[in-house]
Amino acid sequence: MGTPTLPTGTLLRLATAGSVDDGKSTLVGRLLFDSKSVLADQLDAVERVSRDRGLETTDLALLTDGLRAEREQGITIDVAYRYFATARRSFVLADCPGHVQYTRNTVTGASTADAVVLLIDARKGLLEQTRRHLAVVSLLRVPHVVVAVNKIDLVDYSQERYEELAAQIRETARSLGVADVHTIPVSALVGDNVVDHGESTPWYDGPTLLELLEELPAGDDPYAEAFRLPVQVVLRPQGAAPDERFRDYRGYAGQVASGVVRVGDEVVVLPSGRRTRVTGIDTADTLHDAADPFAGLTEAWAPQSVTLRLADEIDVTRGDLIASAVDVPDLTQDVEGTVAWLSDRPLRPGARVLLKHTTRTVQAVVRDVVGRLDLDAAELTPAEQLDLNDIGRVTLRLASPVAAEEYLTSRRTGAFLLIDAHDGGTLAAGMVGDALAATRHPEQRPVQYAI
Amino acid sequence: MTLTDTIDATVATTPEGTTPDGATTGDEHRLTQLEALESEAIHIIREVVAEFERPVMLFSGGKDSVVMLHLAAKAFWPSPVPFPVLHVDTGHNFPEVLAFRDATVERLRLRLEVASVQDYLDDGRLRERADGTRNPLQTQPLLDAIAGHRFDAVFGGGRRDEEKARAKERVFSLRDEFGQWDPRNQRPELWNLYNGRHRPGEHVRVFPLSNWTELDVWRYIAAEDIALPELYYAHEREVFDRDGMLLAVGPYSQPRNDAEAASVRTETVRYRTVGDMSCTGAVDSDARDVDAVIAEVAATRITERGATRADDRISEAAMEDRKKEGYF
Repeated sequence: MGTPTLPTGTLLRLATAGSVDDGKSTLVGRLLFDSKSVLADQLDAVERVSRDRGLETTDLALLTDGLRAEREQGITIDVAYRYFATARRSFVLADCPGHVQYTRNTVTGASTADAVVLLIDARKGLLEQTRRHLAVVSLLRVPHVVVAVNKIDLVDYSQERYEELAAQIRETARSLGVADVHTIPVSALVGDNVVDHGESTPWYDGPTLLELLEELPAGDDPYAEAFRLPVQVVLRPQGAAPDERFRDYRGYAGQVASGVVRVGDEVVVLPSGRRTRVTGIDTADTLHDAADPFAGLTEAWAPQSVTLRLADEIDVTRGDLIASAVDVPDLTQDVEGTVAWLSDRPLRPGARVLLKHTTRTVQAVVRDVVGRLDLDAAELTPAEQLDLNDIGRVTLRLASPVAAEEYLTSRRTGAFLLIDAHDGGTLAAGMVGDALAATRHPEQRPVQYAI
Repeated sequence: MTLTDTIDATVATTPEGTTPDGATTGDEHRLTQLEALESEAIHIIREVVAEFERPVMLFSGGKDSVVMLHLAAKAFWPSPVPFPVLHVDTGHNFPEVLAFRDATVERLRLRLEVASVQDYLDDGRLRERADGTRNPLQTQPLLDAIAGHRFDAVFGGGRRDEEKARAKERVFSLRDEFGQWDPRNQRPELWNLYNGRHRPGEHVRVFPLSNWTELDVWRYIAAEDIALPELYYAHEREVFDRDGMLLAVGPYSQPRNDAEAASVRTETVRYRTVGDMSCTGAVDSDARDVDAVIAEVAATRITERGATRADDRISEAAMEDRKKEGYF
């Protein structure tokens, strides 16, 4: 890829969070509308429905409510994805409803987010739910949080009120171990400081929401993390090769989960523990190079999808992890982790489940439910079971070992799913290790993602 | 760690990857938007091949499915694409698109399965609709083909930016044994850990282009020099007006009344989407090559389905209703 028409900007993944009536849909609608990402026919439809409902102004919230039941009930049920772009970068926005199953939705949205935009109502201030959202965002290790202090018009654009709330937000975020927090006074309804600076907040000289989102770093810095590549598939064309040169080709295809790999690097294949060297880093593009199809890339980094060639003919299959030989993850059959429980049926000790970690799925037994996280106090309280939308600590025994790393230091190789072996449903989002450590001891949070 | 309410000075760099004095930052190791989307799609396609028994990719010759198939070829090269492709043929497709479909399948040495709406009409399993459009009729042949071949994963080229019901769709979207989508009971999708587990009789629809926009698709077509059916580019065509759309005069779309007949004229048009001739509208356009199309799409004020699809105008929830029944 590389023609002049191509944008060189990065992709920032965002998630929204907020409580009921904070005006989140309105803010998202405003962001889309003012960044000119809403097209005429979409706006026509929204204006028509607004008129039908007897509203005086166009309800921008209608832009984001996609399902019939949502429009009929005036609520948002499920995470919706929105796309908008500026001259500088593109955005994927996971719009997470605040009230129905907020843990499930916020965890889902935050799991892939580079930044979370959290709304609070300037009149109401910080609610219990705001604190919970910040705790979830901290738990999932979202690198950046932007708190939009909304409805600033309804407190007469009071600088004093904003400063008071901003100080509370900073203090709460700090106590919960949130890595990086920004606050902005906005009025989603009027449009102040969303895309354009508002004339009514002359005392605010920081960036607008969109300006800030254009500046935040996208993704983790690959150089700050150790190389990991979970093998997805082994490419061995043999007789189906396009020509003779590829008949003996053998490559291990996957997406770099973290870090950087270079040709010549020594790597370890887990769980076998065999050591070898990277002899080639291929993509379909490099393999199509007429001059030398095996020249390949000199290095690759997260989250590129590549195919590695290795020096030795060792047994490598799907589910294996190719990792830096300098920084080798430990294998374990005993995982202690924090889970967000997403199923209607409660989790109890003794439950048999499947655990999906990177590209490996293994059987697991829930040894113990250690406790439930009280999001308000950010403390673990003893519990016998976990119910829908609970977050808690569990210990698991696995049928075979996985290279589970601390989620706190590795968002990709520290994450897992618990899956119902019978109906295949996703039961829980899991994070290896004491993910609450940062919540209780924010000063111990690794520095690399405090920008 | 300091917490600030304004952006840290070190972050506020000028162009991507450089500081004001021109030194490089860590951003040289960040993927561009298209690189990130390509890597994500390849990861999704490889996951499906690794975790399912019998995947199939929907392929119509339309631009999204052409891009998706291109990504599949890249995901496994130098091995061949390890699954067949399936086309649900309404019997009202543009002949040049069918020719393109067949040439692509032959070039990539793929197996093509065709589910024919016409066969269903001929033997009475389906009946023609009063409005003549055959898009909603595709659902049953599609579901029968999935069941008949026991496909357990079906790749579709749907994008979340297309339509508001699609904005709620997962990348891996479970369908019950009747092919139905239950939008209120979707699996949460966490990190990039896709869960494709399903019970016998159920299948999973997979959308590798979920996070792509129309503009991303076109920019990728330019970047990768991907061939498309010619009707995506401006050409002369005999058209007439119906319901605010420009329909081609052809074997499956004839003027139905005097007003429509009076509007027949030759115009320079192109197609933004390609589907059934009877309900896919053309747009006035001079965009004769990919760069011109990108410029046009970047400046347009109408969504792609709003401009060109009669079937989505039936009601606010037309797409949601079709999807619940098992449509793409």
